[in-house]
Amino acid sequence: MQLVFCSGKLKKHMSYNSRIVITGIGLTAPNGNSLADFRRALLTGKSGVRPFTTRYMGAVLAGVCDFDELRHQKKKELRRGTRAGSIGIYCANEALKDSGIAWDKIDRSRAGVYLGVTEHGNVETENEIAVIKEYNYDTKFWSHHHNPRTVANNPAGEVTLNMGITGPHYTIGAACAAGNLGFIQGLQMLRLGEVDLAFAGGVSESIHTFGIFASFKAQGALATHADPTKASRPFDRDRNGIVVSEGGCVHTLERLDDALKRGARIYGEIVGYACNTDATDFVLPNPERIGQCMAAAVKKAGLAPSEIDILNTHATATKLGDIQECQAVRTVFKECPKLHVNNTKSFIGHAMGAAGALELTGNLPSFDDGIVHPTINVEHLDPECGLDNIVLNEPRRIDKVRYILNNSSGMLGINSAVIVKRYEP
Amino acid sequence: MTKQQIRQAILDIIADIAPDEELSNIKDDVRLREQLDLDSMDFLDIVMELRKRYNVEVPEADYMQLASLASSMIYLEPKLKDK
Repeated sequence: MQLVFCSGKLKKHMSYNSRIVITGIGLTAPNGNSLADFRRALLTGKSGVRPFTTRYMGAVLAGVCDFDELRHQKKKELRRGTRAGSIGIYCANEALKDSGIAWDKIDRSRAGVYLGVTEHGNVETENEIAVIKEYNYDTKFWSHHHNPRTVANNPAGEVTLNMGITGPHYTIGAACAAGNLGFIQGLQMLRLGEVDLAFAGGVSESIHTFGIFASFKAQGALATHADPTKASRPFDRDRNGIVVSEGGCVHTLERLDDALKRGARIYGEIVGYACNTDATDFVLPNPERIGQCMAAAVKKAGLAPSEIDILNTHATATKLGDIQECQAVRTVFKECPKLHVNNTKSFIGHAMGAAGALELTGNLPSFDDGIVHPTINVEHLDPECGLDNIVLNEPRRIDKVRYILNNSSGMLGINSAVIVKRYEP
Repeated sequence: MTKQQIRQAILDIIADIAPDEELSNIKDDVRLREQLDLDSMDFLDIVMELRKRYNVEVPEADYMQLASLASSMIYLEPKLKDK
């Protein structure tokens, strides 16, 4: 890797060592447990939202995953760990298998795990409170497993335990911008030479905490609809809030030279990224900062906004949030006739810490099939969410796709954007 | 509870906390950790389940009494005789 500091700014010489590529993908989404199934669902309008029962609140709507938990875990591991850990383990193992890396031949001290989360620990704490409630709140019935299950590094740490990875692992708390941040952290660790292989992405166990549903409901931002599959409807005039979802997506990231040496399949190259902060509000997004974040990612990739082919939006189907993001998109991407805009939450709800990772990944097959998956459930487009080339309800075939940008943002004003380029030697 | 009922109760707890283990050939006089993949957190689970299921307290100083099925039956018999 060749890095040169100049006038306080990092200038990159893009050698094969600093080019970071995606070589394996593992995921579980409410509508698919592999990239192939997920993509098929996105192109055929298959929702993953269904009725779900949560503690105290009863019936809600949620994006629920049905991956095979025991494919990569023993029953005891599953019992001892967390749902987020289990999702991370499934995704990381599937990504490894997909990558074709000879796992028994590599130095696992040179591998790292970087998983974004929106929140972690609420599920286990709520569970323990429910247990001690049965014993008149006697804390001697509080589990000794609570601490290892709720430490902030739990999901990534469980992956390392399962796979025998001894390099650095971080769980990155970044609200709903976290999925992208997992990729960014992995990329940075590779560029810094701290690891040779990064398992990077995001996970969400959020449907198993009633608190997230109750808090969104208190905020007036929890989606309802007689038909669960239509509940998540970003950009629709009648949208009424968020569908909370679980899920996960992990990539194996490698330096290009390492990937080429072993003849890896390359899904794409991460060429741009950015993260910034609104510093304006606890929950309300700031369109100016969101725009600045996307613009910074485009600039870091050495591109003009007009070169982006697909922009996958963060829009969660809140009244104001969708409009704020659309304002940012209009500002940064004006006069960009080939840009197409879509949204994945309309299919799977808001997968929280996994959202950015799943949403970016669901678009990667566009490099091969030239199709933009749509935003479904838009019966009446909100005029304030009207964007040029927003792809509504049906997939759209476009010309060659070279650049995909995923935009994410979260509470406390954290924004993240990642740009992946079709692999070109 | 009889000794045999206590034995079964412990095996039921172990079946829940170590669900991958084969329990049909467990030897009563051999330490559980020599026969099963159990660690200290698992033993704390056994203590917790005895507390939850039978309202039995096992003080830390007595944990070693749960080392084998045989020692567990001897130790727990007076505590569970009226259960």
